[in-house]
Amino acid sequence: MNVGELLEVAAPALGNRPMVVDREVTMTAADLLDAARSVAAWLTDLGVESLAMVDLNSRAVPIGLYGAAVAGVPFTPISYRLPDDRLRALVARTAPSAVVAGEGVAERMGEIDGVAVVSRDELLDRAAQGRTAPGGAGASEAAVVLFTSGTTGEPKAAALGHSNLTSYVLSTIEFASAAEDEAALVSVPPYHIAGVMAALTNVFCGRTIVYLEAFDAGDWVEAAVEHRVTHAMVVPTMLARILDELELRGVELPGLRLLSYGGGPMPVRVIERALDALPGTDFVNAYGLTETASTVTILGPDDHREAHASDDPARRRRLASVGTPLPTVELTIRDESRDVLPVGERGEVWVRGDQVSGTDDAGGWFRTRDAGELDADGFLYLHGRLDDVIVRGGENLSPAEIEEVLRRDDAVADCAVVGIPDERWGERVVAAVVPAEGATVDAGRLQAAVRAELRSTATPEDIVIRTELPVNELGKLLRRELRAELTAELSEPG
Amino acid sequence: MAQTYTPGTRVFSTACTTEMIVVRAPEEAVVVTIGGAPVRAAAGDPEVSPADGYDGGSLLGKRYVNQADTIELLCTRAGDGAAAVDGELLVVKDAAPLPASD
Repeated sequence: MNVGELLEVAAPALGNRPMVVDREVTMTAADLLDAARSVAAWLTDLGVESLAMVDLNSRAVPIGLYGAAVAGVPFTPISYRLPDDRLRALVARTAPSAVVAGEGVAERMGEIDGVAVVSRDELLDRAAQGRTAPGGAGASEAAVVLFTSGTTGEPKAAALGHSNLTSYVLSTIEFASAAEDEAALVSVPPYHIAGVMAALTNVFCGRTIVYLEAFDAGDWVEAAVEHRVTHAMVVPTMLARILDELELRGVELPGLRLLSYGGGPMPVRVIERALDALPGTDFVNAYGLTETASTVTILGPDDHREAHASDDPARRRRLASVGTPLPTVELTIRDESRDVLPVGERGEVWVRGDQVSGTDDAGGWFRTRDAGELDADGFLYLHGRLDDVIVRGGENLSPAEIEEVLRRDDAVADCAVVGIPDERWGERVVAAVVPAEGATVDAGRLQAAVRAELRSTATPEDIVIRTELPVNELGKLLRRELRAELTAELSEPG
Repeated sequence: MAQTYTPGTRVFSTACTTEMIVVRAPEEAVVVTIGGAPVRAAAGDPEVSPADGYDGGSLLGKRYVNQADTIELLCTRAGDGAAAVDGELLVVKDAAPLPASD
């Protein structure tokens, strides 16, 4: 099944309800289908083999995504925040292609062999020409190509097939099930898997998509109120800033029925604050990766509220879980020799299912490189990336676990733990700590807490105070960068 | 005519307006009918009327499964005919929807 068919079946079922709202216009699903077909005809004329997009959010995102799908070429959204040379290099990899360039982007890319650069307006003009795509979509099995965020290395292209994406949608989304008044606010960028998925799942269930050009907490709150938003997906840093904004403005969001979050570890303190600030909202924690076509596990609304209301530490711990696997996903924890580990033991998270692309094992399993463990009830707890593990004197230490302890200290607003080269131990544990406003960090107290809760070998030998940590535009820690900075800093003589 | 189906395959009724998508299917070949008449791979005008016993209709957005739970069809356009596999009428799948996560 082609991704374009998701829209094709939805359009007649959804009638005149608004499907896509951006700063300029409102479109129905039928409008979106017309636009996609017209874009597909244009792409076919051009003879390109992919459609790239380097732009903010707007209706051009779903138009480009579905248009490329109907034309049978992959849609490749790329981050406009990349430095010029890296942006150019990634766009060059899409040739022969058409690339939709947002404001100021064409100038930054310059001319690239085999790449036809068009503005967003030109794409929208092509979309409005009322053409129909010739029958028989192109042959590409890849519907979407995403360059993974590359917090630890060069960007890797993840090709998501039509079958990966449609199987996820068919198995997890109820067709045309959204109430007429449902509206989802999309503020994650188009090059994030959640941005891609939002354009597919909301269309299939018939929920209006309201696009925010880019995330800004003030704009988000205003859009949520103005468009009577009922659903939204955010990454952890967004949620923290939204809560600040709500507090500052004294605004409540009683119309917000469901808020899902994912894309990185959510500090328990932030989600607890959110549960208090938004008492009428259902919360969903979704864990997934680009290669798994987004969500593979879900911690549902009832799990959130029960854990939050409980006095039992074991129950409360659930707020730190990413939940249980989708019915269509298999998930196991394995050790380095690929053997499945029992409940409670920590290893690597492996997943399998039709939605999973890029499987690197004969049995269709995908290694996530995430460390995790399952509890007796099947709830998954993540412990950071395996590639981030610190090896000190032959002992493997999880930075995520140490960070969790540090974060519980009231003086700590944010922190990151890395291993830096050490002559004696191979690596030694260093923590970078951002103090909470007006607080003074007591290094001795932090070290004592880690020693008491974990073990002495996990205790950070150095605690470095920082005003901020290096993060990417979605608030994801750039661990490799931090490690390099701290290594340079701490090995300086004197 | 018995045939094998892969997930994502769309089927169209020849007896009514019903359209469905195969969500899950067994590896073996099966006969899928809607309104008692074999389905086809593209939309078109009805050729026959729904047969007695297979005229219970299909509902938009519902998922239909067999007793053995080996096949699942999702109705994307309603009609007067009911879906069946190897003559067995499918029933509406009773499962709680997942919360939205994207």
